[in-house]
Amino acid sequence: MKSIEELMAIKEKMQSKVSLRNSDAGELRVVVGMATCGIAAGARPVLNAFVEGVNEAGLSDKVMVTQTGCIGICQYEPVVEVYEEGKDKITYVKMTADKAKEVIERHLKGGKPIAEYTIGAATK
Amino acid sequence: MTGSVDEFSLYVLDIVMNSVRAGASKIDVKLFEDGEYLTFTVTDNGCGMTKEQVEKLTDPFFTTRKTRAVGLGVPFLKMLSEQTGGSLAIQSISDEDSKTDHGTTLKAVFGRNHIDFLPMGNLPETLISLIQGSPEIDFTFYHRLSGGGEVRLSCAELKQVLGDQVSLADFEILSWIRGYLDEAYEEANL
Repeated sequence: MKSIEELMAIKEKMQSKVSLRNSDAGELRVVVGMATCGIAAGARPVLNAFVEGVNEAGLSDKVMVTQTGCIGICQYEPVVEVYEEGKDKITYVKMTADKAKEVIERHLKGGKPIAEYTIGAATK
Repeated sequence: MTGSVDEFSLYVLDIVMNSVRAGASKIDVKLFEDGEYLTFTVTDNGCGMTKEQVEKLTDPFFTTRKTRAVGLGVPFLKMLSEQTGGSLAIQSISDEDSKTDHGTTLKAVFGRNHIDFLPMGNLPETLISLIQGSPEIDFTFYHRLSGGGEVRLSCAELKQVLGDQVSLADFEILSWIRGYLDEAYEEANL
């Protein structure tokens, strides 16, 4: 059974890590729409794919994954917005967990947004 | 929700998000399976609603949001409860009416064995999504399963262990919570 001792050990480990974190934290922000429209369209697995994938890719110090409500384009849910300082916001639409993994690899890690998954491509 | 939503845990996520958006700092989620019924209760200390808002809440064409003209969460839940022989009730005190005791309680009953009821789905994933999005909120979760097994989680208790410097939304902590819930469900189902 998962124990409180184990949780305390994680806490100790994390506290020592906090001081080592570099100043890039939050350089990129991934925002997942989690209103009724998003959840109904499959936002929960997309959110969890980002949370897990960002950690697996070693990007936790650079990328922050957050949630928001309905942004008004329900027909394109699940919607994911990527904010990067000094750059235009990228809006990914009709996301899936698999597409999330690609976005992590090619955009968040590789620096190249995936045009075909964006709202621009979907509305053409 | 839509035809593609085939698990109850997504309804739980959607309804609890209402409490999150109401600015609650404490949210209690209870699932109680008893005989042929499942009772789902959410209690929060959020901003609450006026009597007029509560009356309109099950009307899909009523919403306070600005981004779209329809509010669908509660009407979908009400439909599911009524389709399965249950009911839905909401009590709320608005922060305009009481500065100290405001908040909302939603209670929905479902016929668990009804053909229109849904599989429970992945409740740990719903809880992880909620905690990841709002680590500052003290969520309390209690699920009593039909066989008598119980699953409990208190974010306030976890925060007591972790202190102020470590967030519940940190990946390592979320992983621990997921592991804890998976094990608790395994044990409760025995």
